[in-house]
Amino acid sequence: MLTLECPYCGVKAEETELTAGGEAHLKRYGPGSSDEDFESYLFVRKNPKGVHFERWRHAYGCGKWFLAARCTATLEVFGTYPAQSKEPPAELQAKIRAKRPNWEGYR
Amino acid sequence: MGLKRYSVFAIVREAMSYHQGWERAWPWPKPKRKYDVVIVGAGGHGLATAYYLGKNFGITNVAIIEKGWLGGGNTGRNTTIIRSNYLQDPSAAIYEKARSLYETMSQDLNYNVMFSPRGLLMLGQTEHEVRGYKRTVYANNLQGVETRWIEPDEVKKLVPIINIAGPRYPVLGALYQARGGTARHDAVAWGYARACSAMGMDVIQQCEVTGVRSEGGRVKGIDTTKGAIDCDKLGLVVAGNSSVLAEMAGFRLPIESLALQALVSEPIKPCMDVVVMANTVHGYMSQSDKGEMVIGGGTDGFNNYTQRGSFHHIEETVRSLIETFPMLSRLKMLRQWGGIVDMTGDRSPILSKTPVEGVFVNCGWGTGGFKAIPGSGWAMAELMARGHSPLTEEFSMYRFREGKFIDESVAAGVAH
Ligand SMILES: Cc1cc2nc3c(=O)[nH]c(=O)nc-3n(C[C@H](O)[C@H](O)[C@H](O)COP(=O)(O)OP(=O)(O)OC[C@H]3O[C@@H](n4cnc5c(N)ncnc54)[C@H](O)[C@@H]3O)c2cc1C
Ligand SMILES: [Zn+2]
Repeated sequence: MLTLECPYCGVKAEETELTAGGEAHLKRYGPGSSDEDFESYLFVRKNPKGVHFERWRHAYGCGKWFLAARCTATLEVFGTYPAQSKEPPAELQAKIRAKRPNWEGYR
Repeated sequence: MGLKRYSVFAIVREAMSYHQGWERAWPWPKPKRKYDVVIVGAGGHGLATAYYLGKNFGITNVAIIEKGWLGGGNTGRNTTIIRSNYLQDPSAAIYEKARSLYETMSQDLNYNVMFSPRGLLMLGQTEHEVRGYKRTVYANNLQGVETRWIEPDEVKKLVPIINIAGPRYPVLGALYQARGGTARHDAVAWGYARACSAMGMDVIQQCEVTGVRSEGGRVKGIDTTKGAIDCDKLGLVVAGNSSVLAEMAGFRLPIESLALQALVSEPIKPCMDVVVMANTVHGYMSQSDKGEMVIGGGTDGFNNYTQRGSFHHIEETVRSLIETFPMLSRLKMLRQWGGIVDMTGDRSPILSKTPVEGVFVNCGWGTGGFKAIPGSGWAMAELMARGHSPLTEEFSMYRFREGKFIDESVAAGVAH
C-alpha cells in the first residue's frame, strides 16, 4: 500500500486517504494560446516508467493539494513537497539523482 | 512454414502414437537484419495487426517483437469480456467489426479460441444509468448493433443468482447484448502467433526493444536486446508501455499508464451462464469453464508500471458486488493479478500515424481492448499498408488537439 507524508499536516497518509491528481508541474495555458499548447496542457503526458512528479490531495485529511516524487517502476517514494513549488526542491532532485544516476531530469 | 492443421482427425491420429507426435505450435526464430514491417508487442493487437497485414495485404516479411512471452501483457491478464454496445458511431464500427470477426475466429485461425457468445448484461442500477443505457440501445439500433433494453424480471430470469431488490443499488433493468460474451485470452494470442508463423512471419519472444532509429523524420529501424533490426514501417502496439516506446521514437502521447486488477474465486458449480457488468458499483463478473467466478473492477488512481495494484481496490470491488450477488460472500477468492492499462482522456483508443514517418501507433485501449483485438488488427493493418483506413480515421492521436473526442467515458462507466 502506498504511503505518502502530507507536507502540510505531517500525517503519513495511506492511499485510501489520498486522491491522485496526475502529472505535476504542467504549464497551464490560457486564452489565446495555440492548439498545441492546450493539447500539451490538457492531454499529453510524460507518463514515464521511472521517476514521476505528481499531484496528490490529502482528501480525507487536511484536504490540501501537495506534490510527490515517486518511481512508477518500483513504487518507491522519494519525497513530498508543497503544491506552491515551481519545480521540485533542489535537495529532492539531488536525492533522486543519487538513487537514479541515469535520470533525465524532471521535464 | 508448413504447420499441420488441427482437427478431430489429428487428435485421433496422434492418439494412435500416444500423443508423442505433436509438433511445436510455432517456431522460435532468430531475428533477421531487416523486415518490411516490424510490430513491437506480441499481445493480441500486435499479432492481429501482423496477421491481417499478411492475410489482407500479402505483406509477410514481418517480425513481431515481444520483450516477454506471447500474450504476457494485458492480453493474458484480462477478464475476456467481448461486447460492442458502445455509444459513438466510430466505436460501434470498430468494436462490432471485432465482435463479428470473433464469431468465426476459431475457424479462420484453425485454433480454438473458445468464443462463447453467452449474452452480456450491463445493469442499470440508478435512474441516470437507465437513461444512459436506453440511449445506447437507440444508438446501437441505428448503428446496426443488436442490443435491447430488458426489464428486471428478465434480468432475474437470465441471472438467477442476482438480487434485484437492492436496497442501495436495485436492479432497474439492463442493456442486453445477446451475442456478447467471452473468449479464451491466451488462445487468441496463440492462434494468431501460429497463423502468423504459418505465413512466414517471425514471432520473436524475449527480445526487448530499447530504441527506435530514425533519419530525417523517417523510421530506419529499432535496437533490441537481440541486436539492431531495420524496417520500412514500424507499428508500436505495446499498451501500457506506449509512452515509453513513443519517447524512444521522439514524441509524446496523450496516455497515462495505470494498474487494473482482476481476481477469481474458488471453482464452483455452474451458476451464471451470462456476463454481468455492474458499472455503478464498478464490478463485473462471469463464470469460467473451470467454474471460477472471474471478477474485475476499476483502475487504481495513480501512474504505475509494476503490474501490481492496490489491495484496497480488490476489497472495494468485492464488497460492492456482494449486495447485487449475495452468494459471493460465501466464496473464497483464489488469485488476484494486475495489468498496466493505457488510458486516454476520452477513453477511446488511438490508431494513428505519428510525427515520425513510417511509425504507427495502436494503443489507448485501456481497460477494454481484448474485445477489439481482431477489428483493431484489421484496421491497423489497413492503416499501415495503405496509409488510411475508414475504421481508424476518427482515432487519430491528433484528435485531442482538434477537440474531436470520441467520448466513451460516460456511456461505458467501467469500460471493459
Ligand atoms: C485486469 C484487466 C482486465 C481487463 N478486462 C477486459 C475485458 O474484460 N474485456 C476487454 O475487452 N478488455 C479487457 N482488458 C483490457 C485488455 O486486456 C487490453 O486492452 C488488451 O489486452 C490490450 O492488448 P495489447 O495487445 O494492446 O497489449 P498487451 O497484451 O499488453 O501487449 C503488449 C505487449 O507489448 C510488449 N512490450 C512492451 N514493451 C515492449 C518493448 N520495449 N519491447 C518489446 N515488447 C514490449 C509487452 O510485453 C506486451 O506483451 C483488461 C485489462 C486488464 C489489465
Ligand atoms: Zn494533510
